Amino acid sequence: MGLEIAFWILAVVSVAAALAVVLLRNVFRAALALVLCLLAVAGIYVTLSADFLAIVQILIYVGGISVLIILAIMLTRDIHHGSLSNKLRMPALVVSILFLGAVGYATTNTLWQISGAPPVEPTTAGLAGKLFGEGGFILPVEIAAVLLLAAILGAIVLVREK
Amino acid sequence: MSIGLEHYIILSAILFSIGLYGVLAKRNVIIILISIELMLNAVNVAMVAFSRYIVPLLLTGQVFAIFIIVVAAAEAAVGLAIIIAVYRNRDTIDATQIDLMKW
Repeated sequence: MGLEIAFWILAVVSVAAALAVVLLRNVFRAALALVLCLLAVAGIYVTLSADFLAIVQILIYVGGISVLIILAIMLTRDIHHGSLSNKLRMPALVVSILFLGAVGYATTNTLWQISGAPPVEPTTAGLAGKLFGEGGFILPVEIAAVLLLAAILGAIVLVREK
Repeated sequence: MSIGLEHYIILSAILFSIGLYGVLAKRNVIIILISIELMLNAVNVAMVAFSRYIVPLLLTGQVFAIFIIVVAAAEAAVGLAIIIAVYRNRDTIDATQIDLMKW
């Protein structure tokens, strides 16, 4: 019962915050709404018993990426223009609603093979085994390290003063 | 009514649609980037929900979600660097005015 209440509260908060991101005129408030949405999604992970992922979400998204975005908003000083819509507002709305309808139709008409097994708790040891263990995802982990290095170097080169 | 896989998939689809609308309809490049983050988060919710309800003992969906977070962090860093470089050169972050390569 507690899980249902938690899910509905977090779902409403995350959807409302996501709507605020695209509907608010003030860019800075939209970024703060994004932080709220990311926090609610971390709570959704907790209801799915993904404890490690919830902490990772708070550390990287709420702690890292949102600070980066707010810093970029400060640096570009374009706040007074606000977050305006372009000419494609109505087509974009139609495309989004069509996409939502298609996914909703597909979801409700699929026979999911739900497994009755209880979730693994805590997930940290299982995730470590998957990422670094025998027959796991060790090659993607190495590639992710190279990707992060390339991203850091690229960001430094892009913003460096000539 | 108990919460099942469908609830999480629908929630993920709603968040993804909102992000899609933001990407298509907004002029501020930073808002477009924020909307992309929303879409990546929606995909993560679907990944973790599938992992929890279809293969609860394998955890593969959560591993995929970790990789998505890594790629999202790299994308945000490079994307914001590009935005700051564009702002330095052209003094605007309006996507309708950054049209040098548009024919």
